[in-house]
Amino acid sequence: MPEVTGTTWTVYDANTMTQTEIYGRVLCELAEQEPLLIGMTGDLSKSTKIGIFEEKYPQRFINVGIAEQNLMGVAAGLAKAGMRPVVSTMSIFASMRAGEQLRTDICYQNLDVKIIATHGGVSFGHAGTTHHATEDLSITRALANLTVIVPADGIETANALRAAMKIRGPVYIRLGRGFEPTHYQSEDYGFEIGKAVPISDGTDLTIICCGIAVYHAAEAARVLKESDGLSVRVLNVHTIKPIDEDAILRAVRETRRILTVEEHNVIGGLGTAVADVIAASGKGCAFTKVGLPDCFSEIGYPEDLYAYYKLDANGIIEKVRELMGKEFEPDEDWEDEV
Amino acid sequence: MPLTEQEKSELKARARQLRQDIVDVTVWSGGAHIGGALSSADLMVALYFKYARVRPQEPEWPDRDRIILSKGHSGVGLAAVLALKGYFPRDLLRQFNHFKSPFGMHLDGNKVKGVDASTGSLGHGLPISVGLALGARFQKQTWRVYCLLGDGECNEGAIWESAMSAAHFKLDRVTAIVDRNRLMIDGATEQVMALEPFAEKWRAFGWHVIEIDGHDFDAIGRAIEKAHATAGQPTVIVANTIKGRGVDFMENQVKWHYGSMDSALADKAKQSIARMS
Repeated sequence: MPEVTGTTWTVYDANTMTQTEIYGRVLCELAEQEPLLIGMTGDLSKSTKIGIFEEKYPQRFINVGIAEQNLMGVAAGLAKAGMRPVVSTMSIFASMRAGEQLRTDICYQNLDVKIIATHGGVSFGHAGTTHHATEDLSITRALANLTVIVPADGIETANALRAAMKIRGPVYIRLGRGFEPTHYQSEDYGFEIGKAVPISDGTDLTIICCGIAVYHAAEAARVLKESDGLSVRVLNVHTIKPIDEDAILRAVRETRRILTVEEHNVIGGLGTAVADVIAASGKGCAFTKVGLPDCFSEIGYPEDLYAYYKLDANGIIEKVRELMGKEFEPDEDWEDEV
Repeated sequence: MPLTEQEKSELKARARQLRQDIVDVTVWSGGAHIGGALSSADLMVALYFKYARVRPQEPEWPDRDRIILSKGHSGVGLAAVLALKGYFPRDLLRQFNHFKSPFGMHLDGNKVKGVDASTGSLGHGLPISVGLALGARFQKQTWRVYCLLGDGECNEGAIWESAMSAAHFKLDRVTAIVDRNRLMIDGATEQVMALEPFAEKWRAFGWHVIEIDGHDFDAIGRAIEKAHATAGQPTVIVANTIKGRGVDFMENQVKWHYGSMDSALADKAKQSIARMS
């Protein structure tokens, strides 16, 4: 692997490193600027790639062994002592095994802890359902004080981590296993926590997505333009909380058809967050959530699972076509109210 | 250095006052975990009035020792001792448990001055203490962490995860004190979920273990000084105590884990406390 230094990450880096490797390196970069940054894991130094940080800063790294409850509690104590812990473990353990510590020790006390939750969704597909996390966004969305981010790829992970370190407070950043395809070519596209990033503009329908779905939705929009002549807007809503209500309502007003796509149960995650915004607005639109249909995930390689749950470009295209045929109640007063 | 007779009599007087205050707050709040607050009252007095370096006028003093009440349900005892130490006026405790009061059964560290962690869910205080001690070490600070645990609380797996890590990281500035009153909500600890051999468990986890009578200030003082003198490993003081200590009709009564009192019963309780030597 080439030695990559500096603070600008490009598609070259993304092509030669996995999402989690970029994360490990960005952490090293941030540690140079922030002497109180401390890395932590529970025996997943290699798997989460925080080991890259550990190699460079062995004195600023804590491995508590396979003990996630203690991992989160110790992180809370470190933050209370003025340190800035960045904790890496798998999403399933961060949100569920240590869920109460995340809530009570970190979020309730509003502590400055960054949680890097790897292996989100079905990205560790062949590991089996015990190692999938398809409920973590629902759980973490409901934790007050917590910011929840699902980066699209390695480059967005770099942006998200940097932005998270500028906030004093808890942030949950959910990554895949690291081998997912890359969407962004460079870091300069205007990443901001809580602000959706337009991937393509369109007027017929909007795909609201996060994580791995961004790459696939962008591809689906290109294909749909060519094959169906559809003008599809794609919004990368990387921040699940606080969510970008303005971008969502603009999409409802301007396209009137919304498809959400996420690597998560359709209950409680991005789709639900978007539905909450739409319902509260009182505006009608055609709406479909794509994700796991309230089931435990099948076992298999991630690509097969993405296809099975309609999370890849083909699946999204199929769902867009269905949604284009869906009826909804038009609302004539829109302009007055928004 | 052993306690002088004068220090001892002052600590005893403070402890009597704290117990009276705990009775008052139990009445004001409508009900509290009084049994465990009374069993740990002498330990709290020893920490706040003798051994812990704290500044009530400067609750966030960076170099203060941290006191983590892992048995967070003894919040009534912690709130009362903080008032007694001068962190805030005692009269504020009249709002205890009331709507929008900063004081509730389990204290919120972001709302109550002097509370170093929001605890209440059992098994959380020792991991936080480990993190605090690691944070102090990274920043080359010398303050200590005292963590008060319940014995029933030691059923929690997270206690033993953090016990393992405190020994692994050689955190000699962590002193855990277990309020070993032998009772939990559903009965005797040894009947609900046996803890014994308790001291041996801590030893096997790599801790320096001291067993004492948790109502004897000489013994508490000697144990804390031994903990301070121990290098390379954390210390746990297993403090054998009596649940409800000081109130004769509450002592060793499992039903007084949590209770309420009317004014007549509160008077009886206070008379019993006044008779303590």
